[in-house]
Amino acid sequence: MARRSAPSVNAGSMADIAFLLLIFFLVTTTIETDYGISRKLPPPIDDPVDNVIRKRNIFTVELNQLNELLVEGEKMDVTALKNAALAFLDNGGGTGELSCAYCKGEHDIHSSDNPDKAVISVVNNRKTNYETYITVQNELVGAYTILRNREAIRLFGTSFQELERNLKNTTNSVDRKDLREKIKKIQSMFPEKISEAEPVFQ
Amino acid sequence: MSKFKNKKGTQLPEISTASLPDIVFMLLFFFMVATKMRKDTLMIKNELPFADQVEKLDNKSLIMNIYAGKPSSRYKNVGTEARIQLNDKFAEIKDIKAFILAERASKPDELVPFLITSLKVDKDTNMGLVGDIKKELREIQALKINYTTRKGMATDNLRP
Repeated sequence: MARRSAPSVNAGSMADIAFLLLIFFLVTTTIETDYGISRKLPPPIDDPVDNVIRKRNIFTVELNQLNELLVEGEKMDVTALKNAALAFLDNGGGTGELSCAYCKGEHDIHSSDNPDKAVISVVNNRKTNYETYITVQNELVGAYTILRNREAIRLFGTSFQELERNLKNTTNSVDRKDLREKIKKIQSMFPEKISEAEPVFQ
Repeated sequence: MSKFKNKKGTQLPEISTASLPDIVFMLLFFFMVATKMRKDTLMIKNELPFADQVEKLDNKSLIMNIYAGKPSSRYKNVGTEARIQLNDKFAEIKDIKAFILAERASKPDELVPFLITSLKVDKDTNMGLVGDIKKELREIQALKINYTTRKGMATDNLRP
């Protein structure tokens, strides 16, 4: 009897099955990673200590229930906030011990002494819109980023964001230590001091 | 006889589709590996605001999500006020502490200090609710937070 060869399995429908699965995974996929503004909340304090901060070193940003922005008591458009914050932080109006060598601001004696002393105070109302609040936060963080980048480029030739990115990507421990020190140096030049008071009830 | 055959008679060979399944499988595996199924089913409107000063949250296992926003149209029975969603259900402000503790308990001890709370808040929410959440987080010492946003210019927020 002649040997019969085994019949080959028809693989034509394999593609269909694979396509079906493929489409399922295509639809359910969410590759996106989350991005956001990172913040650190102040730890809870039982008895608040009265820190004396000179008035000129505080930059008050207020948001009322109508989402209007009040900077130092005056109404301002959100688009102008970044520059106002920049001018305040980079002012360097202090003299003697408080003077700031790397500040390129106007050295106005009615504005902040140096970036280390300068505090931005954000006060919001309970009825303020979250979107407006995020926009304001974003602009303030943006002001710090600009200043940090400027100093990082002046001192190390790369921007601050580049330093942070490199820290994430390098595994060499010597490089990491070096990068960490550089980042710390820039951060100490422009420490992020955004204070948030309890919202105002109205 | 002649060296040159008349080509009119010959037909184009069919393109073999045998490798098609392989190609499709390759794509399939890519998507299977890259897929991350959404953990929580959102019961609220969750349109995040835009920001450009953002950091990437790459380690998903270190993130605790708190959602807030107005209930979506399917859940109108719970009202139209903005609500908090933890895991798969609506929650109250006071549930946040228990949620954070439960999340901490489910993670290895050495990772607990690195946990980040991601606030996924709808852009039309009032700051009152966000402030309440932040107050609870402060009290339970979950101080690292992240206002999760979409990447874009902050000025995009100002458009109606």
